[in-house]
Amino acid sequence: MKSLAELAAIKDRMKQNATMREDGDNATRIVVGMATCGIAAGARGIINAVTTELAKRDLEHVTVAQTGCIGMCRLEPIMDVIVPGQEKVTYVHLTPEKVAKIISDHVVNGNVVAEYTIGAYENE
Amino acid sequence: MELYRSHVLLCAGTGCVASGCHAVSDAFEAELKAVGLEKEVKVVHTGCFGLCALGPIMIIYPEGSFYAQVKAEDCKEIVDEHLLKGRIVSRLLYHETVCEEEGLKSLSETGFYKKQTRVALRNCGVIDPEVIDEYIGFDGYAALGKALTEMTPSEVIDVIKASGLRGRGGAGFPTGLKWEFAAKAEGDQKYVCCNADEGDPGAFMDRSILEGDPHAVIEAMSIAAYAIGANQGYVYVRAEYPIAVHRLQIAIDQAKEYGLLGTNIFETGFDFDLEIRLGAGAFVCGEETALLMSIEGNRGEPRSRPPFPAVKGLFGKPTVLNNVETLANIPQIMLKGADWFSSMGTEKSKGTKVFALGGNVTNVGLVEIPMGITLREIVEEIGGGVPNGKKFKAAQTGGPSGGCIPAEHFDVPIDYENLAAVGSMMGSGGLIVMDEDNCMVDMAKFFLDFTVEESCGKCSPCRIGTKRLYEILEKITSGNGELEDLEKMEMLSNHISLSSLCALGQTASNPVKSMYRYFKDEYKAHVIDKTCPAGVCKDLLKYVVVPEKCIGCTVCAKVCPANCISGAVKQVHEINQSECIKCGVCMEKCKFDAIIKQ
Repeated sequence: MKSLAELAAIKDRMKQNATMREDGDNATRIVVGMATCGIAAGARGIINAVTTELAKRDLEHVTVAQTGCIGMCRLEPIMDVIVPGQEKVTYVHLTPEKVAKIISDHVVNGNVVAEYTIGAYENE
Repeated sequence: MELYRSHVLLCAGTGCVASGCHAVSDAFEAELKAVGLEKEVKVVHTGCFGLCALGPIMIIYPEGSFYAQVKAEDCKEIVDEHLLKGRIVSRLLYHETVCEEEGLKSLSETGFYKKQTRVALRNCGVIDPEVIDEYIGFDGYAALGKALTEMTPSEVIDVIKASGLRGRGGAGFPTGLKWEFAAKAEGDQKYVCCNADEGDPGAFMDRSILEGDPHAVIEAMSIAAYAIGANQGYVYVRAEYPIAVHRLQIAIDQAKEYGLLGTNIFETGFDFDLEIRLGAGAFVCGEETALLMSIEGNRGEPRSRPPFPAVKGLFGKPTVLNNVETLANIPQIMLKGADWFSSMGTEKSKGTKVFALGGNVTNVGLVEIPMGITLREIVEEIGGGVPNGKKFKAAQTGGPSGGCIPAEHFDVPIDYENLAAVGSMMGSGGLIVMDEDNCMVDMAKFFLDFTVEESCGKCSPCRIGTKRLYEILEKITSGNGELEDLEKMEMLSNHISLSSLCALGQTASNPVKSMYRYFKDEYKAHVIDKTCPAGVCKDLLKYVVVPEKCIGCTVCAKVCPANCISGAVKQVHEINQSECIKCGVCMEKCKFDAIIKQ
């Protein structure tokens, strides 16, 4: 390495580390239900889709966590998107394709994908 | 870069290595593989988190769950429950982080971390010290880049001077001033050296920084070299720190590979190379002139000053010699500015200080506090107090060169001046807590025993004086002391301080002086009453049976290794004092508290 630009490039590449190990609440949290019911319904594929999508888009300040059974096993795989300062949005019956749309529309652009939310499902 | 959804930070500092973190790490990675999570979860081996008493320590992000005393057997449960199913294993959590109403409490809210400010230790327990990219990801080498491309050497020195940073090795000399002297000194060749010869018993700040964040020291030395015009540096580290040496060598190799050490760094024409020099573990080599002697390949003995190393140091050339912790502060000061640093601390002592907390305290470990908080806050809040319901008696700072701070000065704000005023010193940062069961004559003897062993022998006040002083203390603890011995002890202590060649001798009698100053009654009890109030000095105590409590169970007689307890079953027993070796086993084993120390 010979220049400051190269140093900055490495720093950029490593920034997820810094976000991940921060002790703060300013990150968007994506929480995937990973109890037996969730795993059986395919939550493992969902969490992989989330991380792949985040890496592809190089998103900062987003953390991925998992949680246990939310209680609505029939709606699994379930995922919460919690943007700081906003109400939690719960998405149900997820597929990797739906995840991609949620990340681009909701996490990146701030538009909740209403059709995939639990509210939309219950109105059917 | 691959994105991991979870980072598992596992402490791999010396403390946790000793408590078995390698076995935990192996088991953990095997479990991850078994459930196919190795591509989703990243395991990072870091430096010291500070809470060594609870090692091996594991933190899992993004939740920030702090698992303490993790065993290899626990790994399956953590992987299956936490990482696979997202259920935190609460039985393994550090109890302070569990709070009933809100569930998991942030680590920075716990008593141990709440009052800490981590500057020198900022990356310890956060990054993998063996991966240079991790350091760079946390602003690493940005300070060096800034200094080389945007600032002149004298501007760098001005920033360090304005920050108020003082040497963390113990003496507290202003770092910026030291750099300025070396920069102004005439010489065709100059050197930057790092003093990592940490020798105080109970001190391990420098070791932890080298283990947890070696690149910070390398970066700081490069900045110092630029400021004074040096192109060669040496880190003098003791061979007894194998993990620190190993990681530092990896860090140096990586920095060279990246062109952050070597020639034409950041295309500015600045050259700097760095090498490790291993010390054999002589305490005197922590003294700056002896250390430089040792790097030159000579016997590690001090010489008189002036000339100071800044003018005439290594190989007779101008040399800056800084302590590890001092250096670890430098990159942050360069990045965040002098004002940020000087906003912490007291009027004359700026910034933070790392202490190795040990002795009779609950949270044994490594802490970094802003200057000016009180000893009480360190011991009671951060340290969790004295265990087993015992009373705080005194704290020793500065190791064998420092002094004790008694309970009456418990509220003294910690900085260089205040500690000196109460007869102790900052020292390199060892802080040993003593409770009511510690005998202050015995403690003074312990520290003096260390300096007697470690005196290099070059000057007679230290070589002979400390030995004679030790003999006086031995006489007192064995019950043969006379009143005039106390006078002699005081006089000799002062003579040694005044006439020794280097700091080792000049400070050797500090523990004796300060402990006598605050605990005169205890010394007098040894001499006049021939008793040891704390019940430590064996020659001055005896074990006796309390007849009213003894039921004659015969346990004491059975366990006595000297066979000196006699008595029939269901009869009161008796200890034969002339045969007793005072091992204390009988008192420990008696279920009826019928044996006491007198």
